[in-house]
Amino acid sequence: MNNGNGRRLNGETEEDDDDEGSEGDLDAWERTYADERSWESLQEDESGLLRPVDNKTLYHAQYRRRIRSLSSQATTSRIQKGLIRYLYIVVDLSRAAAEMDYRPSRMAVVAKHVEAFIREFFDQNPLSQLGLVTIKDGIAHCLTDLGGSPESHVKALMGKLECSGESSLQNALDLVHGYLNQIPSYGHREVLILYSALSTCDPGDILETIQKCKKSKMRCSVIGLSAEIFICKHLCQETGGSYSVAMDESHFKELILEHAPPPPAIAEFAIANLIKMGFPQRAAESSIAICSCHKEAKVGGGYTCPRCKARVCELPTECRICGLTLISSPHLARSYHHLFPIVPFDEVSSSVLNDPRNRLPRSCFGCQQSLPNPGNKPSLRVACPKCKQHFCLDCDIYIHESLHNCPGCESFRHSKSPIATEE
Amino acid sequence: MPSAATKLYADDVSLLVVLLDTNPFFWSTSTLPFSKFLSHVLSFLNSILLLNQINQIVVIATGCNSCDYIYDSSLSTNPGIEKGKLPALCSELLKKLEDFVTRDEQLNKQQSQSLPPTTTSSLLSGSLSMALCYIQRVFRSGPLQPHPRILCVQGSSDGPEQYVAIMNSIFSAQRSMVPIDSCYIGSNNSAFLQQASYITGGVYQKPQQLDGLFQYLSTVFATDLHSRTFLQLPKSVGVDFRASCFCHKKTIDMGYICSVCLSIFCKHHKKCSTCGSVFGQAQSDVASASNLKRKTPET
Repeated sequence: MNNGNGRRLNGETEEDDDDEGSEGDLDAWERTYADERSWESLQEDESGLLRPVDNKTLYHAQYRRRIRSLSSQATTSRIQKGLIRYLYIVVDLSRAAAEMDYRPSRMAVVAKHVEAFIREFFDQNPLSQLGLVTIKDGIAHCLTDLGGSPESHVKALMGKLECSGESSLQNALDLVHGYLNQIPSYGHREVLILYSALSTCDPGDILETIQKCKKSKMRCSVIGLSAEIFICKHLCQETGGSYSVAMDESHFKELILEHAPPPPAIAEFAIANLIKMGFPQRAAESSIAICSCHKEAKVGGGYTCPRCKARVCELPTECRICGLTLISSPHLARSYHHLFPIVPFDEVSSSVLNDPRNRLPRSCFGCQQSLPNPGNKPSLRVACPKCKQHFCLDCDIYIHESLHNCPGCESFRHSKSPIATEE
Repeated sequence: MPSAATKLYADDVSLLVVLLDTNPFFWSTSTLPFSKFLSHVLSFLNSILLLNQINQIVVIATGCNSCDYIYDSSLSTNPGIEKGKLPALCSELLKKLEDFVTRDEQLNKQQSQSLPPTTTSSLLSGSLSMALCYIQRVFRSGPLQPHPRILCVQGSSDGPEQYVAIMNSIFSAQRSMVPIDSCYIGSNNSAFLQQASYITGGVYQKPQQLDGLFQYLSTVFATDLHSRTFLQLPKSVGVDFRASCFCHKKTIDMGYICSVCLSIFCKHHKKCSTCGSVFGQAQSDVASASNLKRKTPET
């Protein structure tokens, strides 16, 4: 083509001709954008003009989360959380998981986000355990047993990514029920099903299985990837779980990560109990011992069970010899922020912002970023209800999602002894 | 959430956030006078800026009643040239520090009117939280970022009431891969800072000779994160991760944890003193079918 030649001589754009044949199964218009799906993030403004997405979606998600935490706080002043969780993730690897409405396939998207979820889960619930189950050819397989190491779960999942056959909800529930029935009563039993199929192919009456799950206090949640199905909804309603259907990849990610923080404890679901635990000390760097988890001789860096003196490599874990739960104090401290949640910040209303009598702080208390002038934009700052310091929106998200401390409250002594100093 | 740095400058560009302990309760008892301490620290800060022209320093003062930013090298104008007097870094920092200390003292006076001073610890949790917020802002700021790290120069003892907040900050720093270095100049070791440095992969150092503080600072804490892999920095001597029980504050090897609120007890109790849950009793009352079926009931 003459035109193309001329263009190339000019040294201008040449992207059209380059990548032919490399991705032969995709149509030309799918090629470059297939992975990013950039068109989905376009938005229209009031006059119908397209504009790229700014951080508005982020802001919105944060806003939603704030509302939710508000509502949960309204119900009970002191929330009890199910901090010791035993969760099975059921991944549907039936034929439907090969569908390509998610790029590159539902299965790959699910695997990617399950990996992220597993890491987040152990970060937020260091005392909990997790296992993986897959459904393929109408049969449920246990991929990994309940365990506390994220790496082994991720490895097992990534090695088994192929799909075929029908999906069976009942088989999966039966299998998980068998496992979860054995765990101690103080643990919260949970199942998270990532369901791609639109049908279930069961050997018996699934309603009976659901009643059985309800009886043994398993909280079953389902995230659908295609459309809402009655039986999934019924299962979640009966067992107190949550049912949601993902619209796209980012929505799916959001939905799955919602299951990472511990759910509010339901009194009759788990019985309060004292659990015996050991706090092993780290062995000296030079000592040599055979670890009980890998059965290998290792130099240094292990922990010794205080009850039976067996050596383990990592914490938290359960001693292979005497069954004692072994943890260290930071693992407990990691969970404390669920128990002492930080209050949501209030948006500073525009009336306060526009009132010239108020001398407002010009920069965010946390990061010193200058806050936008009032008048230019609608209220884009938040304030802590306790210490009245102002924060930017980015700090607000960071403080509530990662830090779990209010820098303002932490840096003034009087806010810490409320009994004596409150007016 | 931008957790890890996406694109970095060259390996050796650092953002150093220094948390200075200005607690008067500590400095009145210290063998090293505060003015000498400051001259050590100022020389150290200057040498960091000399190591690389785009290195950045932020100084946060950790007071007894408040915390505040006292210096940010990215905001200061043209260092060095100021009427042939003190360089900008010193004058600006010292001025802000003076303001801060006076304010902190006033807060202290206000407070001592209402109640006698019970705690003499510094507000480390506050300055750590601020430092982390600042570092997150740097992560957000653009495609090119320096390697951030935090250095706590701390002298006063740990405030047990800050435990949860400090641990929260430590875990947040760990998640965003920000090491917390600590230089502890007090008399005993600080358990908080030991844990902070151990968990985040920073260096904990307790200088033996306070007169040579500058040398400790420049040899141990001035090195950027990349160069650290080639150096023999002080290794952490065992950090004690054993917990202490809530009832007697004893350090224990084995204990009982409340499954609802994770309180630690050294003996078996009937009721949790923290959250009020009743133990054991419920199990026999609601001995449901699933309970009987269970193969291995845990004690």
